[in-house]
Amino acid sequence: MDLAALTGHIAPVAFGIATIGPAIGVGIVVGKTVESVARQPELQGRLTGLMFLGIAFTEALAFIGIAVAFIPFPA
Amino acid sequence: MGTPFEINRIMLVRFIAVAALLLLFWLGTRRMRTIPGRGQSLVELAIGFVRDSIVYNNLGEKDGKRFLPLITTIFFLVIALNITGIIPFLNIAGSSVIGLPLVLAVIAYVAFVYAGIKKSPLGFVKNSLVPSGVPIGVLLVVTPMEFISTFIVRPVTLALRLLMNMVGGHMLLVLCFSATHFFLFSAGGWFGLFSIGTFAFGFAFTLFEIMVAALQAYVFALLTTIYIQLALVEEH
Repeated sequence: MDLAALTGHIAPVAFGIATIGPAIGVGIVVGKTVESVARQPELQGRLTGLMFLGIAFTEALAFIGIAVAFIPFPA
Repeated sequence: MGTPFEINRIMLVRFIAVAALLLLFWLGTRRMRTIPGRGQSLVELAIGFVRDSIVYNNLGEKDGKRFLPLITTIFFLVIALNITGIIPFLNIAGSSVIGLPLVLAVIAYVAFVYAGIKKSPLGFVKNSLVPSGVPIGVLLVVTPMEFISTFIVRPVTLALRLLMNMVGGHMLLVLCFSATHFFLFSAGGWFGLFSIGTFAFGFAFTLFEIMVAALQAYVFALLTTIYIQLALVEEH
């Protein structure tokens, strides 16, 4: 198969690559929150809020990845 | 027709969602009593959640009172327009085209810039552009980065996060249910069995979308509050 002969849109590939980083990031955020709640269960409410905040910041990068597909780049 | 004020399906869904929101609040607060009835206590629970766990928790009571109406409006507007994505016959989120998230992001942007400038113009600029304890040479790199992250990336990500969550969720649902339709009616033979799986996934993602709708409203309101809080911090 000749790679140069492939046609189609590159945006899905960009999104696929863009999800890798945020996926790892969200995993770390949630994992650390679980760890903290296991250590101090009484802080769960506050930690959950912080966790969603951290997830929101991290996953914004993946959403920029999706948005790329909607930008009309000159071909 | 053809003008920017044309009524399309998404505009119609937005009108319905806002009308439903107004109706719910009107019904809930029609006869206010000291001992709340069922409707009133539900409304009080929702508003109390926004007030206590989003606004007062981060801004404190004094500053929180000023921004409470804004944050409450943002929260309930976003949740009403998000939840239409999974309501049968509406089936599209009112926030799944760029207009509404953009307007809300601009409002949040104006709110936190206003909060900072009202408090002290110099302090706001210094706090957001010049982090304390950074050597003077490093500031050449840090200040442009802080400018971009505070004044450009914040509103853009605020709008994109809401929009892309709704667009992505809608696409997942469309994929699952159109696959179900295809396997059940068009594929023929034993392919019909696949439709059970795709329908189950569609159902699961519908439940997931309910959570995402509430979560995005929470995140949008929380981030607006945090940005206002960061604009209001004392100089140190």
